[in-house]
Amino acid sequence: MRPAPTEAVQSGRALRFAHRLYALGPLAGLIALCIVGTLLNRDFATLDNMMNVLTRTSFIGIIAVGMTFVIISGGIDLSVGSMAALIAGSMIWLMNALAAGLGGHTFAPLAIVTLGIVFALLLGGLFGCAHGLLITKGRIEPFIVTLGTLGIFRAVLTWLADGGALTLDNSLSDLYGPVYYASLFGVPVPIWVFLVVAAGGALILNRTAFGRHVQAIGSNEQVARYAAIRVDTVKIVTYVLLGICVGVATVLYVPRLGSATPTTGLLWELEAIASVVVGGTALKGGEGRVVGTVIGAVLLSVIANILNLTSIISVYLNAAVQGVVIIFVAFVQRGRR
Amino acid sequence: MKRIIRAVGAGMLALGVLGTAGVAGIGTARAAEKVTLGVAIPTADHGFTGGIVWWANKAKADLEKMHPDLKVIVKTAAGSPEQANQLQDLVTVNKINALVIFPFESASLTQPVAQVKKKGIYVTVVDRGLTDKSAQDAYVAGDNTAFGRIPAEYLAKALDGKGDIVALRGIPTTLDNERWAAFTGVLKAYPNIKILDAKYANWNRDDAFKVMQDYLTRFKHIDAVWAADDDMAVGVIKAIDQARRSDIKIVFGGAGSKGMVKNVMDGAPLIKADVSYSPKFIYDAIKLTAEARLKGEKLPATTIIPSVLITKENAQQFYFPDSPF
Repeated sequence: MRPAPTEAVQSGRALRFAHRLYALGPLAGLIALCIVGTLLNRDFATLDNMMNVLTRTSFIGIIAVGMTFVIISGGIDLSVGSMAALIAGSMIWLMNALAAGLGGHTFAPLAIVTLGIVFALLLGGLFGCAHGLLITKGRIEPFIVTLGTLGIFRAVLTWLADGGALTLDNSLSDLYGPVYYASLFGVPVPIWVFLVVAAGGALILNRTAFGRHVQAIGSNEQVARYAAIRVDTVKIVTYVLLGICVGVATVLYVPRLGSATPTTGLLWELEAIASVVVGGTALKGGEGRVVGTVIGAVLLSVIANILNLTSIISVYLNAAVQGVVIIFVAFVQRGRR
Repeated sequence: MKRIIRAVGAGMLALGVLGTAGVAGIGTARAAEKVTLGVAIPTADHGFTGGIVWWANKAKADLEKMHPDLKVIVKTAAGSPEQANQLQDLVTVNKINALVIFPFESASLTQPVAQVKKKGIYVTVVDRGLTDKSAQDAYVAGDNTAFGRIPAEYLAKALDGKGDIVALRGIPTTLDNERWAAFTGVLKAYPNIKILDAKYANWNRDDAFKVMQDYLTRFKHIDAVWAADDDMAVGVIKAIDQARRSDIKIVFGGAGSKGMVKNVMDGAPLIKADVSYSPKFIYDAIKLTAEARLKGEKLPATTIIPSVLITKENAQQFYFPDSPF
C-alpha cells in the first residue's frame, strides 16, 4: 500500500486506531441525521418509513457496492445510470415481445420473467466487459470511455422508447411486482438483495486474493504489475462486477413502476459515486470499504427523506441541504488522506 | 365547461377552414411560392418532449404529402447552444424561409432567433416565449394558467369545498410557477381546502414515487393529490397502491398522456379526470405556419391552444394510441 511510516511500530498502531476512528465518521453522521430526523418528525422513526428509505436506497446501494471496486482499483464509471435505463428498457422490450409470442411459440409468464432477469444480468455483465476491454486493451481513460457510453446507452433507450415510456405488459407486471413489493420476514425483498450484495462485496474485497489485487492496483499500478498481478484481467473483472450490480439493481427497479423512460436512472452515477466517497473510499483509489459505501448510500437517501417529511426549509434549497451534509461528512473523515 | 367546449369547437373549425383554404390555394396554382420550413425543437428527454418530437415528425409527413411546394426540416437539440448552432445551419445551409421554434430556454435563444428574423425569415415561437417579443412574428402556446386552474376547480368541486390536498411540483421554472400560482389562486376561495405541502418531483416518475411515499408517511389523511403531470401521476399511484391507503379519492395529473387518458376512459378508481396540454400544439403550429406562408399570409400575433378538462365523456378525442406520450 502507501509507503510505510518511518516511526516505530507503536505509532503504527496509534495510526491504525486513528483510521478506525475516522472510519466511524459516516456512521456518526448517519446516526446524528437520524436523531435530527426523529426530532423534526416523529413519523421518521417508524418501521414503515425506515423500510421505505432502505428499499429505495437498494438500487443506488447495490450499484455503489460495484462502484466501490472500480474506484478502489483507480477507475470510474459514469455510465451506470444510463446503463440501468437501457437494461430496464431492453428487458421490458424483450419481455413484452416474448409475451406477444415469438415465431408461433408462446411462453409461460414465469418463464418470461425469468428470461428477462437472466437477460438483464447478462447485458449488465456484457456492458461492463466492453468498458473493461476499452479501458485496458484500448488504453482509453475510464472517464472518457464511460462518458461516451453514458450518452450512447441513454440515446439508445430514448430511441427504443420513441422518447416516451416503455411499459411492461400488465399480466407480467402482476407476476413480477412482488420482486419489489413483497416482504420476507417483514423486510422487503430489495433490502435482502442489497444485504446479500453488500456482504458478498465486503467478503470479496477483504478476504480474497482478487480483493487484495484490486486494492494493490489502485494503490500503485506499476508495482502491482511487477508483482505479477494480472492488472488488465483484474480491472476488466471489476467493470464486469459493476455491470452485473447494475443488472441486479435494474431487476429490482423494473417491477416498481413497470416502465422505463428517458428519465430512468438519471444522475444515478453521481449518487453512486457520492455514496462511495462519502463512505470513506479514496476517489484516487487504493483503499476503501464496502460497509462505508452502504452507510454512504443510506445517508444520502435519509437526507432526501427528512427533507420530504418536513417543511421547515424552502423547497428551492433542498439540493443545498444535501450538499452541505455531503461536504460535512467528508470533512469529518478528511484525516484519512 | 360549455364555454371551453365552444372554444375548442371554434378552434377546430378555424383549423378546418385554414386547412381547406390552404388546399384550395394550391388548387388554383398561381405559381405558389415554395416554402422551406425549419423546425427547431428539444430532443426527447422525457415523455412530453418525446411527444413533441413525434408530433413534429408527423406534421412533416402529413404536410409534405399534402403540399408539394413545402419542405419541412426537423432538428432536435439537447441544449441551448446546440439549438442556436442549428438555427445558423438552417439559415445558411438549408436556406429556410420560415421557422417554427420551441426554444430550449427563453432568454438565451432570444438573440439567435432575432438574428434569423432579421434575415427576413418568418418566425413562429412555440410554448416558451422569448424575452423580446419583437424577435418573433407569431406565438403559439398551450395555456399554463388553465393547466393549474382547471385541476383546482375540479378538485374543489369534487371535494365539496372541503379536504386535504398534497401537491407535486415539476422543475423550478416560470412555467411551473405559472401553473402553481393559478392552482393556489383558485383554492384561495375555498378556506376549508388545505394544501398540506408541495414538493418538487422533477416531472419524473421515480421522484414522484419517493415524494408520495414520504407524504403518505407524514400525513395520515389525504383526500386528493395534485400530481401536476401524467408522468408524476404514475409514480404517485404506485406509492398509494403500495401503502394500501384508501383515504385518497382522486389523483389529478396533467398534460393528457395516452396512458392517463386511457385511465380516464376506463374509469380507473383514482384517475377521474385530466387536463389537456398536449404536445400536439407543435403539430398545430407547424401546420398553421406552413399553410399561412404558402399563401403568403401571416398568423395572428398570439394563438393560445386551450387546455381543456378531460373527463370520461370527451376522453376519446384526446386519445392518440400511436403517440409515444
